[in-house]
Amino acid sequence: MNELMAIINIIGKETVRVIIGLIGVLILVVINALILTWAERKVAGHMQRRIAAKEVGPFGLIQPIADSLKLLGKELLTPVNVDKPLYYLAPTLIFIPVLVSFIVIPFDSYLQVKDINVGILVILAFSSLSMLSILIAGWGSNNKYSLIGAVRSVAQNIAYEIPLLLSLLPVIFMVNSLSLKDIVEFQRGGWFVWKWQFFAFLIYFIAGVAETNRTPFDLPEAESELVAGFHTEYSGMRFAIFFLAEYTNIMIISAIATTFFLGGYLGPVLPGIVWFLIKTYFLVFVILWFRWTFPRVRFDQLLNFSWKILIPVSFANLLVTGGILKL
Amino acid sequence: MCIYWSLGFGNWLLHHVHGGLLRLMRYVLDIIKGAISLIVGMSVTIKAFFSPVVTVQYPRKVINITPRFRGHTKLIADEEMPDRTKCVVCGMCVKNCPSGSIKKVEGEKKEGEKKKTATEYILNFTTCSQCGICVETCPFDALAFSADYNPAGYRKEDFYYDLIKEFEKRKKA
Repeated sequence: MNELMAIINIIGKETVRVIIGLIGVLILVVINALILTWAERKVAGHMQRRIAAKEVGPFGLIQPIADSLKLLGKELLTPVNVDKPLYYLAPTLIFIPVLVSFIVIPFDSYLQVKDINVGILVILAFSSLSMLSILIAGWGSNNKYSLIGAVRSVAQNIAYEIPLLLSLLPVIFMVNSLSLKDIVEFQRGGWFVWKWQFFAFLIYFIAGVAETNRTPFDLPEAESELVAGFHTEYSGMRFAIFFLAEYTNIMIISAIATTFFLGGYLGPVLPGIVWFLIKTYFLVFVILWFRWTFPRVRFDQLLNFSWKILIPVSFANLLVTGGILKL
Repeated sequence: MCIYWSLGFGNWLLHHVHGGLLRLMRYVLDIIKGAISLIVGMSVTIKAFFSPVVTVQYPRKVINITPRFRGHTKLIADEEMPDRTKCVVCGMCVKNCPSGSIKKVEGEKKEGEKKKTATEYILNFTTCSQCGICVETCPFDALAFSADYNPAGYRKEDFYYDLIKEFEKRKKA
């Protein structure tokens, strides 16, 4: 015990906290992905009035573990003419923003790895990195489907990052802080969805779905046109990591929406973390619900929707909020 | 522009502002209409989500086959002598089968009886398309469709059915 304390004293309490937090985040990421693959199958099944996974374990709950074992056992294929460094780098790189984003998200009033005073900036800056890794994956694969998928992803992310930022700005105006914890605490007087920022919430959520490349905005991996888009050439665990990153991104988008608009961990009776998870997974369910309801949009529709509707509306919202705050 | 000047600046302004307002209204209306249609779609799927499942877990549960289902043909038992089929080996089905799937119908005349009794009825199910002409043309209504929906076999010879044997098996069951 003394040795442990000595080590902690040498490297500093803050570092230990971050390391423990990172391990916790890693566990959370994996469990979240397991739950979401199961949930996606179940939601898909019941929306088509089927039962979906039910054979492995009760209600098919062990199915995701069986799947991940299968993926672990698969051969890691490397096609002949790929750009090797980039090809290997992409799955690693896609995981960094995922890990960093969780560090600043407050799961409860005390359960936060590190409360940075520019928290939301960190998340937004790092989530742009996932687009870069998609581009690297598409370019490095040396495959036309991958490249088209990657280019689409870049165009889409550029278009949708603007409304995403513009819809978060009014909240930041009102709270006067970039720290996620301050934003949650400010909502003790009422959640932002009901207090003036309903449109910002809608715009954020739509743009967030587009950022995670989910249906109806799943053009980068449109399977009917592009095989599997940017991860066509990836197999086994490399493919699984892309999958893991996608599911974690869904959770991050929902978690930020919860923090910004749904009052984060605030709620009566139950502990904060439970409220946080209920709200987050409700939004995740809505994203899954979108997927099994809406068909994929065309590329021009996708860009028109962002530039002609989301961006003007979010600008108007920003101007009105700013004006009212000034009065 | 020039034409509007002759009509007066007021008219020009009215026209353009009016046009702009129309366009703005159409823009807003489009968004509202689109949002409503999305909500309608989502209500459809959420209703399906909470409704009971319609599929059956197949190998464990089987739904009833409809009476008009067309499996391979089967021979019907005679009302008077239930251990025999109605078939009298007239050969109408063999002649009428468009695919020539009924390979062989043989029978024997038993002591003191007018009609023949079938002893062998080979149906090649691999070429049968369940058109039902044999069932229709049978003068004694001895043929019908069975409800056997999942025949399986390793060789094509597995599908050369002897309907008499199949009848005997059914009789025992």
